[in-house]
Amino acid sequence: MAEVHIKINNQFITAEQGDTILDAANRSGIQIPTLCYLKNVIRTGACRVCLVEVKGARALLSACTTPVSEGMEVWTNSERAIRGRKTTVELIMSNHNKNCLSCKRNTNCELQRLCAELGIRQNRFEGEHTQPTYEDASWGIVRDTSKCVLCERCIGTCANVQGIGILGLQNRGFKTICGPVYNGSFDDVNCMQCGQCVIACPVGALTEKEEIHSVITAINDPDKIVICQTAPAVRASLGEEFGLPIGTLVTGKMVAALKRCGFDRVYDTNFGADLTIMEEGSELLRRIQNGGTLPMFTSCSPGWVRYVEYQYPELLSHLSSAKSPHMMFGAICKTYWAQKHNVDPSKIFVVSIMPCIAKKSEARRPECETGDYPDVDAVLTTREAGRLIKMYGIDELDALEDENFDMDFLGEYTGAGVIFGATGGVMEAALRTVKQKLENKPLERVDFMECRGMAGVKEAQIDLNGEKIWIAIASSMTCAKPLLEDVRAGISKYVFIEIMGCPGGCINGGGQSIVSARKKHGTIGYTYKDRRMKALYDEDRFKEKRVSMDNVQLQKLYEDFLGEPGSEIAEKLLHTTYSPKKKFKIVQ
Amino acid sequence: MEKLNGSALATIDAIVARHRNQAGPCIEMLHEVQNELGYIPFEAMEKIAEATNSSVAEVYGVVMFYAQFTTEPKGRHVINVCLGTACYVKGAQQLIDRVQKLTGAQVNKTSADGLFSLDATRCLGACGLAPVCIIDGKVYGNALLGTNFTDEIRRIIKEERTTESAS
Repeated sequence: MAEVHIKINNQFITAEQGDTILDAANRSGIQIPTLCYLKNVIRTGACRVCLVEVKGARALLSACTTPVSEGMEVWTNSERAIRGRKTTVELIMSNHNKNCLSCKRNTNCELQRLCAELGIRQNRFEGEHTQPTYEDASWGIVRDTSKCVLCERCIGTCANVQGIGILGLQNRGFKTICGPVYNGSFDDVNCMQCGQCVIACPVGALTEKEEIHSVITAINDPDKIVICQTAPAVRASLGEEFGLPIGTLVTGKMVAALKRCGFDRVYDTNFGADLTIMEEGSELLRRIQNGGTLPMFTSCSPGWVRYVEYQYPELLSHLSSAKSPHMMFGAICKTYWAQKHNVDPSKIFVVSIMPCIAKKSEARRPECETGDYPDVDAVLTTREAGRLIKMYGIDELDALEDENFDMDFLGEYTGAGVIFGATGGVMEAALRTVKQKLENKPLERVDFMECRGMAGVKEAQIDLNGEKIWIAIASSMTCAKPLLEDVRAGISKYVFIEIMGCPGGCINGGGQSIVSARKKHGTIGYTYKDRRMKALYDEDRFKEKRVSMDNVQLQKLYEDFLGEPGSEIAEKLLHTTYSPKKKFKIVQ
Repeated sequence: MEKLNGSALATIDAIVARHRNQAGPCIEMLHEVQNELGYIPFEAMEKIAEATNSSVAEVYGVVMFYAQFTTEPKGRHVINVCLGTACYVKGAQQLIDRVQKLTGAQVNKTSADGLFSLDATRCLGACGLAPVCIIDGKVYGNALLGTNFTDEIRRIIKEERTTESAS
């Protein structure tokens, strides 16, 4: 790559041919504020916040779209550049709903931060506002266009990361708004509810549907037994909500905080993950032995399940019928746990704390209503859990002493459950149990390194009791698509495929703590995913038991209640069905 | 959604097939669908998105961007009322009120019976005849004078009613 020598703020910098001014600046640790640009996703130069002064140029130029050239001299913080940037932000503010105090993104908003940094002290331009849309019909994503800055980061994410493109700009000029077709709901279109658009949004235009208040009501209802379960990926991200570095593992502190919020029990969804492995693993073995539909797809990512229902309905039979871990856990709470404690299941209220937005609509899937009660009553995202904990007066998570999960009947979990939170984790967890079961002896090697890492697609050949099978792992739908096309064409060599809806798996789920674009473009960059992943593998490494089938409480559950994986009662409580879904529900 | 009839779907398929290998096909397809069917049905956007390898949201964005595309079926008869400055000064608003009363169609909408669409337009370039309106391509000048214009609307309504009761 040819070198280009430029000067930014009088500092000599060697850039690469093809770099933009912003790329070169970021690499040299020079901060240029941005709003619409999102690395690897979208670069339109639409917002004009990254304006810089370039010697010889008549106007200020946007750093995110201007390529560097030999001898270029750039000032990012000249008076003219700052004034230009400030006016740009003031103009964006003039058509923005400035209700920051009641906004979910308050204190975590990229526009708010720009205003603070630029010292904007007044509403310089007051005028007409674009007619806003507030839309919260779906159980997942809420859209409020009065806060939208038309950066198109959500549009780029949906189209380029997930390859779906349900969002677009509509109308024209001042009337332009962003949303699904016909300015409708996320429920009316083929949205997988992954929430990647929510974590791409710089402001509060796209957010999750909040369920905090129903949880508080349940906690304060003396008749209700409120059971909280936390997904593995939450512990690797919750700390960020309290200002801890990305990748801080806060398992014990999270438990302590949730207990202080008044939950009657705090369990780990990992018990459910271990249960999922037992059910899904035996389903895989059954399919291999009985000539069932192969390759089998994992089914624990509800966003991915929705995607298949919309985009590849002909492949639905490939999906494992196993419910996702938190749904299994909820079902077991309201049956086995209720029996053991001799309580009325109708009094049990199960709250799942998840890194995921799609889990909210999953909990309300009619296909999952197999028992007498809903498996899960409320789903909170990692961000909502952070807000709930703060609401209960806990500001410093790291000041709490570690506490353990409740241990009665459903408390034990293995390392295999923990790694569910990262792409490849479910595959590795399944392989541990399947291999151990088939070979009927403890594993020599528990770590399946070939499953790990942040690559979008991974494949490996695994030796299962002398038989070699091919497996594949993909996260995000653009990465999964080629695998699915092969399956559709009948030329897939794989036996088992793990697919996660979000790039990197649950650790980067749509419900996780939001990593600002500035962090993504800075020194941390996209390694934030690796940092969270490492936290999970660290917990796994130090767990005494690392294979799901070794979970003693789980064995007891099968002994006392379920019988064996795939038994009649297990089928009823722990498995579900899928149905093709119409892509567009449009009423003209 | 009202299901499109087979012939409309076949028209859309033919249009999509005709343009699919051409550069910038989306806008060409939309133009032709608009001309043939009088509006852009959702099915057309789906088919165009598939043929051009883009998302429906993107095609919808194009439809919403250009004023000449409409997503609502037009009435059997289209009435354009000029809202240019001269026509407006000479009472175009009164004209619109009259048309609304007669046809039941709101501005830029179609009447419930599907007979009339009422479109407010920019200057038609016939300011000397202000206020001006057009019924099914025929221009009526000085439309507030006399009853030529309203008579024509009444005639259409009557004619449509008779054919309706006859059929």
